[in-house]
Amino acid sequence: MYLKSAYEIRDKYLRKDMLPTIFCPGCGIGSALQYTLRAIDDLKLNPDEIVWVSGIGCSSRVPGFVNFDGLHTTHGRALAFATGIKLANPNLKIIAFMGDGDAAAIGGNHFIHAIRRNLDVTVILINNFTYGMTGGQVAPTALKGLRGTTAPYGQFENPFDIADLAVSAGANYVARWSVFNYLQGINSIKKALQKEGFTLVEFLSPCPISFGRRNRMKTAPELLRWYQKITVPLAKAKKMPPEELEGKIVIGEFADRDRPGLVREYGAYKKRAKKMMGWEE
Amino acid sequence: MRYPFPVGKSDFIQGDEAIARAAILAGCRFYAGYPITPASEIFEAMALYMPLVDGVSIQMEDELASMAAIIGASWAGAKAMTATSGPGFSLMQENLGYAIMTETPVVVVDVQRGGPSTGQPTLAAQGDIMQAIWGTHGDHSLIVLSPSTVQEAFDLTIRAFNLAEKYRTPVVLLTDAEIAHMRERVYIPTPGEVEIIDRKLPANEEEAKYPFGDIHGDGVPPMPIFGKGYRTYVTGLTHDERGRPKTVDAEVHEKLIRRIIEKLERNREDIISYDAFELDDAEVAIVSTGIVSRSAVRAVKILRERGVKAGLLKLNTIWPFDFDMIEELAERVRKIYVPEMNLGQLYHLVKEGANGKAEVELIAKIGGEVHTPMEIVERVVG
Repeated sequence: MYLKSAYEIRDKYLRKDMLPTIFCPGCGIGSALQYTLRAIDDLKLNPDEIVWVSGIGCSSRVPGFVNFDGLHTTHGRALAFATGIKLANPNLKIIAFMGDGDAAAIGGNHFIHAIRRNLDVTVILINNFTYGMTGGQVAPTALKGLRGTTAPYGQFENPFDIADLAVSAGANYVARWSVFNYLQGINSIKKALQKEGFTLVEFLSPCPISFGRRNRMKTAPELLRWYQKITVPLAKAKKMPPEELEGKIVIGEFADRDRPGLVREYGAYKKRAKKMMGWEE
Repeated sequence: MRYPFPVGKSDFIQGDEAIARAAILAGCRFYAGYPITPASEIFEAMALYMPLVDGVSIQMEDELASMAAIIGASWAGAKAMTATSGPGFSLMQENLGYAIMTETPVVVVDVQRGGPSTGQPTLAAQGDIMQAIWGTHGDHSLIVLSPSTVQEAFDLTIRAFNLAEKYRTPVVLLTDAEIAHMRERVYIPTPGEVEIIDRKLPANEEEAKYPFGDIHGDGVPPMPIFGKGYRTYVTGLTHDERGRPKTVDAEVHEKLIRRIIEKLERNREDIISYDAFELDDAEVAIVSTGIVSRSAVRAVKILRERGVKAGLLKLNTIWPFDFDMIEELAERVRKIYVPEMNLGQLYHLVKEGANGKAEVELIAKIGGEVHTPMEIVERVVG
């Protein structure tokens, strides 16, 4: 793959009047955004046919920075809004840029149901284990013991494994990387964008300001080193005993299948309705 | 265009069914909902008809999602509707506010039932008047319509879509369980017989650059729907004319919110509709809305027979509220009675409108039954 310079990608796809972004130094959202734009560029997708959707939070500001149609909605509801957009105009390709709290906490119900329906959408999920914009409260993805302003003594609840959840709910494509995994990340997004149905690429993304500071990792490099330590590639994880996997996060591709997407299912349903009513042969 | 129900003739149908058919005639092609008594029949009718007219009907996971989905569909170019009852309407409130802020044309039907919370799920009430007007967050305005017959439920549904499109705003059709489940003769017009209004689209690239600017001087910006190459960014955050977030700029916020409210205020005459019955020489007036108006009509007739010069003002639009009209009425009559199926929600608006020019008395009834005409008569004759 030929890699264009970051400047080229920026000039081609970002709204210059919206820059600089609101992201803190060391934040990983910019990287995930860059990978997404590179994937779009590489696939030569038509930006006029792509709509970016988001909820609330840091990652949800992304649709404002990219020069596409975009809907910045309410907390957790991006996928519910996306359902309306996609079914009203199936020609549009939808990218939902979401955070972990957005997708798995307040939007958890929309998340599992969008997957159950196999809504045609590509979710880029920024998982930084925290509510960054509101100041570092604990997220439903936070591993046990991690600190947040609402769990100052360390999280006592069990975390969600978002990728695992998506696979179980029926997503067509599910991958997880850290923003450190540059090429795997871009390739996964490319794959996701080309498939019908629900596709998800989750990124472990550093939030040094709201999360790192409270967990003795004040800089992005410290967080990246931590990701290296806690992540285990899928192939390796398969050979590891469960006790060794405790507190680790498996990365890789978890699902790659081709169940019919919601748009196709609804098209067939419409045909069936007309046939049952005797409107069509 | 083939319709899955007879057009150009009358049919004997429920209020909920009438709303569904009217929506389809008005051009609605996206319905998202969640089942709830007494609104479920709207959804069931839409589920039956939508695939046949190449529209979409989808059962979402909850009311928050339903409201979100219709806003998304509207930005993708479809006329969209959802229907619910009080508790579900509460869940929609945040996204209803989002629709107001992003100037998204959508229709929300609230078939009221007894509350609070799950209250009396199968019985009628008019307890959502305040919720419809003020339920969402912040300074805002929207349109609230209220039918009192099944025919009106049909006609006002078409009107709801037309007003939503014309003013780029959510419109709430506020009805009640009695009308939803009552069967009456309704004339279903042919599409050519009814006026259908579609949203203003940008005439060119230049207009599309200002999706939230008053570029035509009427307060209603053309709506650059998604997929047309305009690259529009829509956010619920305070935004400037181009849609760029400006969350801490007081001037931008003030300009935006005042325009959103004023685009409806300055078109009050077009939006506000009411029916007057025997009001010309009335000495006492009844002001009502929805199902209660039907008892009020009968009450006026009985009062007239008894020599009391009574009249009725039936409000078909609840918001924007015509405070001036109520004040003029209050100047002409001795007393205004407000019968309603709650402990005084319309009453507050009428009392404010009357502005002390006439005494205003609430005739409240809760528990699930509509006022009988005699209950109103007895209060008036004391």
